[in-house]
Formats: sequence, C-alpha cells, structure tokens
Amino acid sequence: MASLRGADGVAHLVALIFASSVLLVTVCLVWELWINSAPSRAKFGLSFLVTQDWDPSNGQFGALPFIYGTVLTSVIALIISVPLGVGAAIFLAELAPRRLSESCTFLIELLAAVPSVIYGLIAIFTLVPLMRQYVEPFLKHTLGFIPLFSGPAFGGGYLTAGVILAIMTFPFIISISREALLEVPRDQREAALALGATQWESTIQVVVPFARLGIFGSIFLGLARALGETMAVTMVIGNDASLHASLFAPGYTIASVIANEFAEASDDLHLSALIEVGLVLFLITIVINALARVLVVATAGRGTGRAS
Amino acid sequence: MNRLAYRKLVNTIMLTLTGVCTILTVSVLFIVLGYLVVNGATSIDWAFLTQLPKPTGEVGGGMANAIVGSALMVGLAALIGLPVGFLGGIYLAEFSGKTYGFVVRYMADLLNGVPSIVIGIFAWTVIVVPMHSFSALAGGFALSLMLIPITMRSTEQFLLGVPNSLREGALALGAPKWKVIATVAVPAAMRGILTGMILGVARVAGESAPLLFTALNNEFWPSGLNQPTAALPVMIYKHAMAPFADYHRQAWAAGLVLLAMVLITNLAARFIASRGIAVQKG
Repeated sequence: MASLRGADGVAHLVALIFASSVLLVTVCLVWELWINSAPSRAKFGLSFLVTQDWDPSNGQFGALPFIYGTVLTSVIALIISVPLGVGAAIFLAELAPRRLSESCTFLIELLAAVPSVIYGLIAIFTLVPLMRQYVEPFLKHTLGFIPLFSGPAFGGGYLTAGVILAIMTFPFIISISREALLEVPRDQREAALALGATQWESTIQVVVPFARLGIFGSIFLGLARALGETMAVTMVIGNDASLHASLFAPGYTIASVIANEFAEASDDLHLSALIEVGLVLFLITIVINALARVLVVATAGRGTGRAS
Repeated sequence: MNRLAYRKLVNTIMLTLTGVCTILTVSVLFIVLGYLVVNGATSIDWAFLTQLPKPTGEVGGGMANAIVGSALMVGLAALIGLPVGFLGGIYLAEFSGKTYGFVVRYMADLLNGVPSIVIGIFAWTVIVVPMHSFSALAGGFALSLMLIPITMRSTEQFLLGVPNSLREGALALGAPKWKVIATVAVPAAMRGILTGMILGVARVAGESAPLLFTALNNEFWPSGLNQPTAALPVMIYKHAMAPFADYHRQAWAAGLVLLAMVLITNLAARFIASRGIAVQKG
C-alpha cells in the first residue's frame, strides 16, 4: 500500500510542478518587465506617463501619445462593437430559432479565430482606401465643426484602427453576451409578457438587466483584447508619435510602437522606455481582464432555466 | 397614433434592428473570406510554396522558408506547451485543493490575457538577450507561453466533464489514483482535450506579434534553432507594409494559406468535438 500511495504522491507532485509553471512565468514576466524598465523609470519617473516627447535620437521619452492612442482606438472600437454585438446577441438568444442561432454563433466565433495579421492585411488594402475616399470625407462634411472630425483624411489613423478593432472585438461580445442572455430564467420573460409587455420591452427591461453582469463582462473582455491588439492596428494606424485631436490623423498605440521600434532600438534607454510602455500595457490589461472575469463569474449560476 | 400602436411599432423596429446587427456581423466573415480567396487564389502559385523570397523589388520567388519556419516554431511551441498545459490541467481537475487551485487557475487566466506583444518582450529578455541572437528558439518559447494556459484550462474543463461515478468505480476496484487518471479519466476526456489542443495550436500559429523581435525574420532556409527564422504571419506583415506590388501579391497568397490552415483546423476540431465525449452512458 505504501508504494501505491507513493506513486500517487509522485503523480500529484509532477502535476503540481507543471501547474505551477504558470505562476513562475507570470512572476518572472512581471519581474523582467520591472527590472528591464529600470533605466527609464529612474530617468523619467511618473512624468513618463504624461509627457508627449518621444525622441529616440535625443534620449527623450514620454508615453502619452501611445497611451492616448491605445485608449482612443479602444473606445472607438467599443462605441461601434457594443451596440452591434449586444444587438446581435439579443437576436441570437431571444429571436432566432435554435439551429439558426447556433450556426450564426459558430460563424461569428470563427471570426475570433482569424489571425490579426489577416485583418491587418485586408484593412490596408480595402478599409484604408474606403475610409479615405468615402467615410472620412462624409464625416468631415456632416460633423466637421467638431474638432474630432476635422483635418485631412489620410485613410490610416485612429478611426480606421478603431473600426478594425471593433470587428475584432464583437465576436467576443456576441458569444459571451449570448450565453449570459440564455442563462436568464424563462419565468422572467413570461412574467413580463404576461403583464402585457411587448417582446422588445420584455427583452430590454427584464432580460437584458438580468444578464447585465455577463454583458458587461463580455465588453470588458473585448476591451482587454482591443487594448493589447498589435498587428492589425500597427498596419493601419499610421505610426506617428504625436498627439492629434482629429480622429482621421495618424497615431500610435502602445502595442504598435513596441512592434515597430523594439527590434531596431539600439541604446538601453530606448529599449527600457519601450519595456516600460509594455509594463503599462500589461498593467492596464490585467486590471480590465480581472474586472471582466469577476463580472462573468458573478453572472454565471444566477439563472436556473434556459430559454428555448 | 395611439399608445399601443406606438409600442408595437417600436417592438418591430428594434427587433428588426437586432436582426440587422446579426446580418452585419456574420457578413464580416464572408467579406474576409471573399477578399482572401479572390486575392489569394489569383496570387498563389507553385513558386510561392517552394521557393525562397527574391531580393527586394524583384518579381517572383516565394515563402517556402517562412512556411518551414512557422512549422518549426509552432512545433517547438507544441512540444513545450502541450505537455506542460496538459499536466497542469490534470493537476487542476484531479489534485488541486481550493486555495492553490484558485491561484493557478487565476494565473493561467491572467497569462492568457497578457497581450502577445508583452509575451514577446519577456521571451526577448530571457532568451534573446542571454543568447545574443534572435532565434527560432525564442520564437517557439514565446508561442509556447501562450499555448500553456490555453491547454491547461481546456484540459481541466474537459476532465471536469467526466462523471465522478467513473472515477469512483475504478477506485472501488482498488486502482490507485494515478491509474484512475491515466486509464479512466483522461481517456474518457481525450476527444475534448485533443480539440482544445488543436484549437490552441491553431491560435498560436497565427500569431505574429510575439515573433517580431524574438525570431525576427530571415530570407533563407531555417538553419538551426539558434538562428533568426522567418514565420508566415511575420512575412505577411512585412510584405503587406512594403511598397512593392509583387510583395502585396505574395502577402495575399500567404494570407490565404494561413487562413485556410486556421479555418481547416478549427472545423476539424469542432468536428471531433461534435462527436461527443467518448463516455458510454448507461
């Protein structure tokens, strides 16, 4: 018996060691980002986050244009993808027959599997000309009195990056929101309908509020993905390290400046500044991801029945 | 218009709009597929699949080295990531206590959410800097770090789907726990675990951000794990950004190859999964 228990002990230990690898990797990752960004942290301190000079040849580094670009493109993405995604999730969970709903969900989830460089490839050759020739002139013509929609239409820029990010985030929003909506107990809908609500009123006043945590969770997951997205954004945002009020102007995000400059950066200060913006990106996505998971977990298991 | 008619009108309009949202989102997939098939199919040729890239600006050549390089690095990532993730998943499903299990699960989700470019920085600091060279090893390592948490969580999930009565039956027959896991739980969940692994490998195969400054790029055939190595996604990026029409043509061809690979593995994985977990009921 002792040898059997011994074998179990060995199996337990081996599995434990491999499971602990994620702990080790995460701790090492934070540690490496922290010590390798030391020169930049020592030289610029917290002003690194709020200054906008990014001049590798003169050793001046401020991350504000990248933080601005990252936040701005992600906000544009959410403004487009949240109504579209939640709307589609409502249709798939509440209206569509089950088979239609499942095949549409399958197709939408396939979108999430498309590599981001492919979105970038398509965006460069189709979305950028489209934005430059039609969408941006139109926005400028109708909303040009707002500074956001003024300035020359380049095609590549914050707005185009936001649009491609919207396309990359809505599969997440739809798939998880739909699950959350399906978790809402059937009695909730029936009670609302019995009180004389139309189907839309029942959906928007009863079902959606009931599933709101899961929906918010899906939005945060989409946001986390948008913030850290690299390739597609790098290919269309125009790569200009300064601040612009216009959404049409070329900009930069944290991920894209790392992608563009890291391999070519030669001096230590430049490298450590790039690693520090990486650390900032890491911290932002960790917080957003943690929030998303709390929300998704909180919503699971609240419902008892499933809508047919 | 009376109140009821108004409410019914709102109802119809809003419900129609949700349908429009669905059509818009689903159609994106067909737009993506359509563009790639049309542009890719007219661009792809035998040379693309078998030849090295031509010097900048010259017409012709291919990306055979990038296809081999991708296979090399994805293979390396699978070699490291799949066993580690698999055994970690077994720990989470079969051994873990409440507290440490929670910590590991949390860290796996956290690692899964780390932007791939940051994973690239990490691989650069721990492999490229000490080796003083960009290498296939660093690229494969970066990809394996993305594969570990995906595999771990999916393995755990499918093991938890195995009914406890199966384990109890084997334990009641006197089998030690490790034998129950190896001969009962894992085989019962194998189909699901494999599906998760295939999807994970397909996902990292399409990654380019963590390879940009770990594997870098290369115009020639891969010559060793310690050398800079080309990968298909990175080639698509470089070629699409370059100002040459023939490079663009090859980027489309490479995009088609990559997308076909990803979609076929996804469909295959779903096909395996849809045939159900191989547990006999009754």
